Amino acid sequence: MINLTINGKEYPVEAPAGMPLLWVIREQCELTGTKFGCGIAQCGACTVHVDGQPIRSCITPASSVEGKNITTIEGIAPDENTLHIVQQAWIEEQTPQCGYCQSGQIMSAVALLNENPTPSDEEIEQAMSGNICRCGMYGRIKSAIKRASAALQASTSNPQLQ
Amino acid sequence: MKKWTRRAFIGTGILASGALVIGVAIRPGNRSSKVAGLIAEEGETVMNIWLKISPDNTVTAIIPHAEMGQGVHTTLAMMLADEMDADWSKVKFMEAPADKEYANYVVAKGFIAGNKTFPKFLEGTIDGVFLTAVKTMNFQITGGSASVRFTGQQGMRIAGAAAKAMLLQAAADTWKVPVEELKAEKSIISHPASNQSATFAELAQAAAKVKAPKQPRLKTPEEFTLMGTSQPRLDIPAKVTGAAKFGMDVILPNMKYATIKAAPVFGAKVKTVDTSIPSDSEGVLKVLNLENAVAVVAEGYWQAKSALDRLNMEFESTENDGKSQDDIFKGYQMAMDKALEEESIEEHFRSGDALIALSEAETIVEAEYQLPFLAHATMEPMNCTAWVHDGKCEIWCGSQNPLGAKAAMAEFLDISPEQVTVHNQLLGGGFGRRSETDVIKQAVAIAKEVDYPVKLIWSREEDTQHDVYREATISRMKAGLDQSGNPVAYSHQFLFKHHPPEAADIPYTVPNQLIQFTSPSSFVPWGNWRSVDHSVHGFLTESFIDELAFAAKKDPLAFRKSLTQDKPRFQKVLDLIQEKSDWDSPLPANWGRGIAIAQSFGSIVAEVAEVEVNVEGKVKVHRVVCVADAGFAIHPDGFKAQMESGIIYGLAAAMSGEITIENGAVAQSNFHDYQVTRMSDAPRIETYIINSGNPPGGAGEPSTPVIAPAVTNAIFNATGVRIRQLPISKTDLRVSIQQTT
Repeated sequence: MINLTINGKEYPVEAPAGMPLLWVIREQCELTGTKFGCGIAQCGACTVHVDGQPIRSCITPASSVEGKNITTIEGIAPDENTLHIVQQAWIEEQTPQCGYCQSGQIMSAVALLNENPTPSDEEIEQAMSGNICRCGMYGRIKSAIKRASAALQASTSNPQLQ
Repeated sequence: MKKWTRRAFIGTGILASGALVIGVAIRPGNRSSKVAGLIAEEGETVMNIWLKISPDNTVTAIIPHAEMGQGVHTTLAMMLADEMDADWSKVKFMEAPADKEYANYVVAKGFIAGNKTFPKFLEGTIDGVFLTAVKTMNFQITGGSASVRFTGQQGMRIAGAAAKAMLLQAAADTWKVPVEELKAEKSIISHPASNQSATFAELAQAAAKVKAPKQPRLKTPEEFTLMGTSQPRLDIPAKVTGAAKFGMDVILPNMKYATIKAAPVFGAKVKTVDTSIPSDSEGVLKVLNLENAVAVVAEGYWQAKSALDRLNMEFESTENDGKSQDDIFKGYQMAMDKALEEESIEEHFRSGDALIALSEAETIVEAEYQLPFLAHATMEPMNCTAWVHDGKCEIWCGSQNPLGAKAAMAEFLDISPEQVTVHNQLLGGGFGRRSETDVIKQAVAIAKEVDYPVKLIWSREEDTQHDVYREATISRMKAGLDQSGNPVAYSHQFLFKHHPPEAADIPYTVPNQLIQFTSPSSFVPWGNWRSVDHSVHGFLTESFIDELAFAAKKDPLAFRKSLTQDKPRFQKVLDLIQEKSDWDSPLPANWGRGIAIAQSFGSIVAEVAEVEVNVEGKVKVHRVVCVADAGFAIHPDGFKAQMESGIIYGLAAAMSGEITIENGAVAQSNFHDYQVTRMSDAPRIETYIINSGNPPGGAGEPSTPVIAPAVTNAIFNATGVRIRQLPISKTDLRVSIQQTT
């Protein structure tokens, strides 16, 4: 039995040695927004944050993140009635198609913008190329990141929006 | 945020006892009463099988198609709501249950007859012949870029218009005023002269008693308020919060997990496997020998997968064990030679006498092409949750073919279809893969051995190695040009013919044509892959026509224009793409532009790719301009999104997509060796839509067939190297660049 802190909540879980965080999140914590895509850190669908850093939960043993702050797609919105700026931008750009990869895309985008609030095209491409979208919505993902970046700038320069 | 209305179809046993079931089905015979139990809740009025009205004045569109990102739920609901003059903010949708009543006769009619036999594509009365055929075929498929073209045009719009006519008549009868004086707007019927008004909900029960018009008047495009606008997609909000539920996300009480390994060589059987529970495995509940596969059931996927990976198993040998990809291509060549020699080759199309014309031509151009097997690689690996209990079978999965799944499972379990319920979920990508029922059958085979629900999840490796594949193929093309460079003869021999049947047709005016095919046997399972045969023939036709343009010393775009003068829609698309792609402007050294155009699924799509080939021979596609004659784009942004998607999907295949067979089995296993396009490789895409006034064309597939030839033609333009084998990564372009620099 180990204790995981996910989205600020404690989850006592059974995770045998080597069991990837992904399956604990999905099957035991029933947070199904984080997706299984490849199992070998090739597609990014399973991206979550550990202490703010994006990681591939499909190859990260659950036992290695005990005591750390894990954030999943379900935990990035500031509150139940408000979307994260990145989520809002995703809707405004009508980004998802099938949507299966989008949790991972959004988690990578949030991590990028936390690190670099005004990324260039090249920086976006570099940060996002670990996330595959088979519906091919890369143009819209890029536009949504730029929109979110602009919204972040607006909200930091205008405290009323914060 | 609109929610999926799942409650109504979780368990077909929930009968809406209080639901008022009147009105008339749009389809032959009155079927509303049969479907009410599946779709309606207490207090709701089922106006026809595709729409119901709730007491709070919500109109729910009931959509017989699966959502896999194409926005079909939104677009079809828009078509219905527009004709009905419903308040869009109060329109909901639910996916139709997998039930024979929703067997999609309009889609089948479209496939069988196309729009040719039914020029009045909006006709409201349908004979029962198609419906009977469709029910027999268990047809509730989402595919063929057909949802808007057929279900939308011939189902949703008519359902909406008929309901509106009934509501208007009910108001006229109630208020004793002429129906012509009434107005329907935003889910309210009003009579301005007497200042009376009522909501749809208030009139619904009376309206349902009105005789439905056989041919309700449909709006003209000028009257559209929703069609032709890009309403925000109803499925998107849940897809940015993680709340959207895909097949993979189903959780049931006491559910366990399974994973599976099928015999690596297609068709092989399990020879030996120890089905006792391994002592070193935690959480393993069952090991099953399923004859052609081994499955492990456990408390979680990871436990099941870990145990499966450690199991010792052997498979029977088959005649294909030693087969390689080279053997397959050699077999194709032999099959083609044999078919020609024995004159068993089948005719696809013939006009004039191509052989004589070839013998008399000034210039002969000949080329042989080769295409690889392709996997679908949907983002969501194959999965299915099944529960077999009390003589019933329940299935949770994302399927393009839920009714087919229902029928297949009833047959598999030898129970009646009424005992099988399919709870269709969102699809994490379909592209044709999810029209198959193989994984569903596996899940049911496992579930019937245990007394709890089981979610079967395929590993990505299983998904890659046990797909149904776009076929690998070869093709022989030959053409003759006259002295002025006009093609006078065209001969093409290809392999395999699936559908659509017209895929190998060429749009170009060539007087003498001979197009033939033969279908050698293949042990690699075939499946519908986005745009199906067009994915093959788009590349063949558009590569070869480019070769002819070069031989004729003509500009490739001008050449295509000169050969489609009888096709005004093609002319307009070519004119617009010439302008939008800056076709006539110069490019830097080692850059090139290529064009391709094709008609498929009712839309005409041209693409111009702008590529750069660097000194290492690496190809970078910088920009793709896409012009599509959509007929009429019901949801322009959705149409654009589909063009973008189809381009990236086709580009991934063109650049590096290749499944090869080694020792009878698929050699690739995951995204590291079956590489797909990532953001860093994705071109900038610009899409321009032409609403030509024709019936709406398909959106999901028509941009895929032309991207590969647009890119290879651009590479030819940049380097002089003609790529006749896909994927492009097979060709070493370094030498060509060194020569030109």
